[in-house]
Amino acid sequence: MMRFLLLFSRQGKLRLQKWFTPIPEREKKKIVRDMTTMVLARKPRSCNFLHWKDLKIVYKRYASLYFCCGLDAEENELIALEMLHRYVELLDKYFGNVCELDIIFNFEKAYFILDEFLLGGEIQETSKQVVSRAIEASDMLQEVRCCPVGTDLRSVFPSS
Amino acid sequence: MPAPIRLRELIRTIRTARTQAEEREMIQKECAAIRSSFREEDNTYRCRNVAKLLYMHMLGYPAHFGQLECLKLIASQKFTDKRIGYLGAMLLLDERQDVHLLMTNCIKNDLNHSTQYVQGLALCTLGCMGSSEMCRDLAGEVEKLLKTSNSYLRKKAALCAVHVIRKVPELMEMFLPATKNLLSEKNHGVLHTSVVLLTEMCERSPDMLSHFRKVWLLVPQLVRILKNLIMSGYSPEHDVSGISDPFLQVRILRLLRILGRSDDDSSEAMNDILAQVATNTETSKNVGNAILYETVLTIMDIKSESGLRVLAINILGRFLLNNDKNIRYVALTSLLKTVQTDHNAVQRHRSTIVDCLKDLDVSIKRRAMELSFALVNGNNIRGMMKELLYFLDSCDPEFKADCASGVFLAAEKYAPSKRWHIDTIMRVLTTAGSYVRDDSVPNLIQLITNSVEMHAYTVQRLYKALLDDISQQPLVQVSSWCIGEYGDLLVSGQCEEEEPIQVTEDEVLDVLEGLLLSNLSTPVTRGYSLLGEILNRIKKVVSVYGSSIDVELQQRAVEYNALFKKYDHMRPALLERMPIMEKTASNGPTEIVQTNGETEPSVPDTKHPPLVTQPANQANDLLDLLGGNDVVPVIQTTLPTKPASAGGELLDLLGDLSLSGGPAPAPVPSVPVSQPPFLLDGLSSQPLFTDIAAVIPPMTAYNKNGLKIEFTFERANPNPNIAVITIHATNTTEADMTEFVFQAAVPKTFQLQLLSPSSNIVPALNQGSITQIIRVLNPQKQQLRMRVKLTYTHKGLPVQDLAEVNNFPPQSWQ
Repeated sequence: MMRFLLLFSRQGKLRLQKWFTPIPEREKKKIVRDMTTMVLARKPRSCNFLHWKDLKIVYKRYASLYFCCGLDAEENELIALEMLHRYVELLDKYFGNVCELDIIFNFEKAYFILDEFLLGGEIQETSKQVVSRAIEASDMLQEVRCCPVGTDLRSVFPSS
Repeated sequence: MPAPIRLRELIRTIRTARTQAEEREMIQKECAAIRSSFREEDNTYRCRNVAKLLYMHMLGYPAHFGQLECLKLIASQKFTDKRIGYLGAMLLLDERQDVHLLMTNCIKNDLNHSTQYVQGLALCTLGCMGSSEMCRDLAGEVEKLLKTSNSYLRKKAALCAVHVIRKVPELMEMFLPATKNLLSEKNHGVLHTSVVLLTEMCERSPDMLSHFRKVWLLVPQLVRILKNLIMSGYSPEHDVSGISDPFLQVRILRLLRILGRSDDDSSEAMNDILAQVATNTETSKNVGNAILYETVLTIMDIKSESGLRVLAINILGRFLLNNDKNIRYVALTSLLKTVQTDHNAVQRHRSTIVDCLKDLDVSIKRRAMELSFALVNGNNIRGMMKELLYFLDSCDPEFKADCASGVFLAAEKYAPSKRWHIDTIMRVLTTAGSYVRDDSVPNLIQLITNSVEMHAYTVQRLYKALLDDISQQPLVQVSSWCIGEYGDLLVSGQCEEEEPIQVTEDEVLDVLEGLLLSNLSTPVTRGYSLLGEILNRIKKVVSVYGSSIDVELQQRAVEYNALFKKYDHMRPALLERMPIMEKTASNGPTEIVQTNGETEPSVPDTKHPPLVTQPANQANDLLDLLGGNDVVPVIQTTLPTKPASAGGELLDLLGDLSLSGGPAPAPVPSVPVSQPPFLLDGLSSQPLFTDIAAVIPPMTAYNKNGLKIEFTFERANPNPNIAVITIHATNTTEADMTEFVFQAAVPKTFQLQLLSPSSNIVPALNQGSITQIIRVLNPQKQQLRMRVKLTYTHKGLPVQDLAEVNNFPPQSWQ
């Protein structure tokens, strides 16, 4: 499983942090520090994999953002790269040519998209379209001012 | 109360801050506003405020005061509130907080909500951070949702079940019935999450595993699904670079691995599909290689037939040649895993692996290094070692320690010859000496000791290496030790090495000043076994350390001095022993030395003022007689003195052998206690006393007021530059001369050493005499001159006199 997913800028500023195991706040901060230090120190054409404690660290840089995840030792690093790429694609589809500013100003949306793609550190949906549709429907639901108990919204918002 | 500012506006404002302090100020202001808004229990803006809080939390600021507000949001009816509330719960709460449990009821309600997206939120939150208690409470709801026909919920429920099982493994059983039908789903999301769930169950329970194999016949099902994926046409929904749902393929392969492990039937059932995937997968992009990688791992782990295994290793071999660094990296990692079981197959790719040592990428280099060491065997040791030593030369410092250790290990196991072994060790010491681990040095020394026939060769090579470069500590240690041990072998063929050895040791001493140094004493100890000529120098060097700051060195120096002086006969026995290497701080000879005088025996019953303040046992500086300096008292055992005011040199090459002497009052025999032996007589137990003494006539140095001082000469050691003078002080008056102190000074070009006197009292009427030994080093063979100062008490009155002694017989200094 994935233990955590971090997004940070080239200056080491955190843009998103998703933790899939319970960790004390202080330790989270330390892990973030370690990851940013390690990843930012990597030379440009190094391979995307690192070893840190007993975890595999897979990272990839997309423009000004680093996507960095920590995996259990038995995970497949190459498919993890694909996972990161898929998340970027989902963000791109949602925001349209996503850039770091989108994620800064709409961080909660970035989390919502992530929560439709991963759950408990595992992939829950392998289809791009299904994820996108779910996000769109959820967004629509936000427009409804009130959602009283009993309203069967399935008639209004067909599930995908 | 004005409406709280919007999230985006806050973000914009905070980003305008130019300094950390400015940002902090803004945040504090906003936090205060949010706090008061919370206090007012404002439903309308709670969502906005919590969202802002989450942003500030991401910047690193505390946000715990928003935890309860998240719960309120979760309990709200508005979807927007719930969304932010659950997000806040996942970010701010975890199972350590009690607040966390309060969520349980909300989640339970939301799991049964009529809107699937609300249910989804609840499942997501539970599956990400639900504690064991929550999982226990809500497992039933999750299990119910596992059976729903709604695939959106079913996939989430499956992963939620995975989390529940991770937290509370005993609950695994209850999900079994619901899991059964999961694989018949067409929906890829459900398929994927089901495979994950099955994997989790198999990993945790061997019973489940065999149940799945035998009863459910899981393997054929999975094989069929995988086959469909590969064979089916283009599916736009799941396609990644021409491959259909690679995520699902990888997960299935992983589950197959677990099912096929140590099970022949299962392994056999999946052979074909594995071969098919291995040969048909498109490898131009990363995604295809990801699948191949998983396939290889599966093949290597199950009981596959040999043809399949060879196929797998060849795939890894191809990976090694791939341009993509990531691929090379995983290949090396996988090969490292398989090298134990499929050693021969991996050996075939040895040259490619060794080439990877030259890769620019650090991670790859490390893997290649580990793998190379794993591949070393008796057949390829010479070739491999050449490559590895070349790597050691050029690699980054972070690798050197591990590489050096690996080289030593490999050399130990597979060395084709002792000489090769020693050459290899030398190469490591000279190129990466400072990175060699501490424990390597004792191991090496043990190795060298054991290869008896190589001692001469070893010590010669080490000595030469030491001449070239003394900056590598382990090399110095090993070399010093060997030179000490086998120095006789070193010089036996070459007499001229005698002096170079001297130089080396002094150089070593100088350079290692201030560095961490081990066994400084050791070379000295062993060194003196070499040659008698150099004994004096060694004594001097050793004596320096008699007063060193480091207790270890000090102790050793004192011991060795004692050895020289009194326990010559024990030297042969002691020569056999090997002191243990230890790191001790060194004191260069020029460092200021603490007084050691305090450890000296107490001042006897004299009224001489204790002059201990400065480095006491630092014997005299070289005196400038011609410059008309005051006579500087030569060190005496019981009367530590200040060093000369002139120069203030602290370097004392004379040392003070009397350090190791016993308490002053003990009478010193008139015969010199220890005479340096001849070259190979280091093992002899008798001080040698040649008859050279008779050659130099004695002289009267002083004769006044009834006090007569005679000098007798010996040159009992092979060093022609040292004259050993024994003074005999006699008293012709009727009264004793008490508190007698003899002091002497010589010109700058000489070095003087005064040993303890036999006593302080010159008995009256020639009833006895005081004897004292002076040793003068006269390397330039200049005419010996001396100024003496005598102090004593006679008939109750103190007497002091100065005199020059110029009438030395020529033989004493030529």
